[in-house]
Amino acid sequence: MSLLSRPARLSAIAAGLGLALVATGCGNSGGDSAAPAASAGGGDAASAECAPFTEYGKFEGTTVSIYSPIRDAEADLFEQAWKPFADCTGIKITYEGTGEFEAQIQVRADAGNPPDIAFFPQPGLLERFAKAGKLKPASEKVKTLANENWSPDWVKYGTVDDVFYGAPLGASVKSFVWYSPSMFAEKGWTVPTTWADLMTLTETIAASGIKPWCAGIESGDATGWPATDWIEDVVLRDLGPEGYDQWVAHDLPFNDPKMVTAVDKVGAILKNEKYVNGGYGPVKSIASTAFQEGGVPITEGKCALHRQASFYANFWPEGTKVAEDGDVFAFYLPGNDASSKPVLGAGEFVAGFADRPEVQAVQAYLAGGDFPNRRMALGTYVSANKKVDVSKAANAIDKLSMEMLQDPSTVFRFDGSDLMPAAVGAGTFWKGMTDWINGKDTKSTLDFIEASWPKS
Amino acid sequence: MTTIAPSVARTQPKTAAGRVRKRLSGRVASLIAVVIALLWTTPTFGLFLSSFRPEDDIKQTGWWTFFSNPQLTLENYREVLFGSSSSSGRLASFLINSVVITIPSVLFPLALATFAAYALSWTRFRGRDWVYIGIFALQVVPLQMALVPLLSFFSQGVEVFGITLMPAWNLEGSGQFIQVWFAHTCFALPLGVFLIHNFMSELPGELMEAARVDGATHGTILRKVVLPLVAPALAAFGIFQFLWVWNDLLVALIFSGGTAETAPMTVRLAQMAGTRGNEWQRLTSGAFVSMIIPLIVFLSMQRYFVRGLLAGSVKG
Repeated sequence: MSLLSRPARLSAIAAGLGLALVATGCGNSGGDSAAPAASAGGGDAASAECAPFTEYGKFEGTTVSIYSPIRDAEADLFEQAWKPFADCTGIKITYEGTGEFEAQIQVRADAGNPPDIAFFPQPGLLERFAKAGKLKPASEKVKTLANENWSPDWVKYGTVDDVFYGAPLGASVKSFVWYSPSMFAEKGWTVPTTWADLMTLTETIAASGIKPWCAGIESGDATGWPATDWIEDVVLRDLGPEGYDQWVAHDLPFNDPKMVTAVDKVGAILKNEKYVNGGYGPVKSIASTAFQEGGVPITEGKCALHRQASFYANFWPEGTKVAEDGDVFAFYLPGNDASSKPVLGAGEFVAGFADRPEVQAVQAYLAGGDFPNRRMALGTYVSANKKVDVSKAANAIDKLSMEMLQDPSTVFRFDGSDLMPAAVGAGTFWKGMTDWINGKDTKSTLDFIEASWPKS
Repeated sequence: MTTIAPSVARTQPKTAAGRVRKRLSGRVASLIAVVIALLWTTPTFGLFLSSFRPEDDIKQTGWWTFFSNPQLTLENYREVLFGSSSSSGRLASFLINSVVITIPSVLFPLALATFAAYALSWTRFRGRDWVYIGIFALQVVPLQMALVPLLSFFSQGVEVFGITLMPAWNLEGSGQFIQVWFAHTCFALPLGVFLIHNFMSELPGELMEAARVDGATHGTILRKVVLPLVAPALAAFGIFQFLWVWNDLLVALIFSGGTAETAPMTVRLAQMAGTRGNEWQRLTSGAFVSMIIPLIVFLSMQRYFVRGLLAGSVKG
């Protein structure tokens, strides 16, 4: 009998505690739902503030849910940026960021419980949902805005079978080499403008006793992706944009002799013990170095060059000045000659699973010029939107990225591994490159990836 | 480890059963147990130390360098628990979500499984054993298979040949807690019924008969006779279920909606490292915050846990 008394007391306490917490939980949610209504009322009074949003219409009491792979600090800035729009139009935007976007969006869509809007980081994924009939085509307004504000290269990635589904949102530029301007000035090195210059510079740096390149491709279950970006950049340069498109679409086999040449060109740097891995050790240390830490030796003078996307600006140790005259900065990974400037990049696309008027209004707002400028005013952000005022970029690297993206002569191509079938682009390509770094030869690596391409 | 293990291997096989038992409770075995325990705890200890180290130290050096360069800060905990922006934690409010999810998700299956186990072991009806076997067999079904059907059950209702058997639930906001409770209850029942049934059916039948003679109904027998006797099994299953629900990420991700209103701490922890994993130093302190409540529960109820572990395994 004594057995009962203790658990009984415990469960009574537990139940009481639970009730109290449920009660406070309800209290909180009540407060939250009351808040937007109040601020919407306030918005009406300050109609000057709401003037830019009148064109989108009024949708009091409606909710639009957004699902996205962007989370944490960046997500906060997004929410802050569209808050005036939400307050003025009366749309309550519920935002959810997740690290498991690719898997989760599939589950939700299959179960008939998709979000209203999703930010797709991969056009390949967007295409799959569009072909399955889950996505709603974008409204005419969104389509017009997208054509006005983005280059045809970008609009193409939001289009499936001639139907336009989603406008681009943010972007990142991948064709960058990070370096230390102060180190370059001290040693008298100059930023190269052609691939041949780059290799000469590499040799000069190696001769000076510093290992010129550092790299890291470890990224949990996505280990290998930074190496695939290297390959993509070189393919884009050697085979040209058309050749790149053929390769991505698998019209050019993965183990084609041209591909072997391109991969070997990367290997001349990444698999050369004389050139890597500055600050970390031999070639194989590339595979075990976290990509977040890959370029850090530059700040310690143990390495001179690190090829990584514009977002690497966030990964430098605290107190590192990112600027043309600062501790670190980036230059464009040169083309084969100084005249051609292909740019590899990535970004998100705003596609709707619903076509209610308020959902279309949010999509239209995100495709316009107001949102990216507001977002940029809050902190580091890159968008290929032509309405963005580049002079107001949050930092020098964002500015450089957007100048490159907006330059009409730029040929933009999306990160190829995000366009390929997931089995390759998020599977064997990553794994193949990791094995390749670990010593597997180029031909058999490419044969392995080719063999894994889904037959259909 | 490598130096100790072979000596055990040499002494064990040739000895008789009695000597084996003696050895297993002897000094060497205890030493091995202590060594294993230390080895198993080392990573956790490292994580614990890391959670007090400054961000740059965590990212650039291993936790063992703490001993040569001791630098302590509570910054990680402050950021994770009370960070002013929604990005840097506010784990405190997600902690409440976790509790709101966990308590009903433990109590519902506990209650339902107790009733079911009593009915299956002490009332007589046709097909009773088949029902029991059916429930038992359900344990084999991986819950991952049920995620999509169950979610569409909530979002679209049930329709057979054009007839709506159940409309969509259309739960929003904090109503999504109901989905999570429902899902956890479903997934817990097969094991719960099995565990408690095994324990309950071992009770002597004379007890029930005596109670019946005194005029007790099934309700009274369950409440006054059976419940006190199966308390250890209930506590054990309760702890199992508590730990499972508390640590669960998958079910919460899919059914809780993932917003600050309903998401538990595990979902928040997974987001906290940042879009590109650049803030992973927060995970050190985040992990310890999420560990505190299970530790309290486990330590305060561990004697039931050990006793209940034997439920169903040792007969008699």
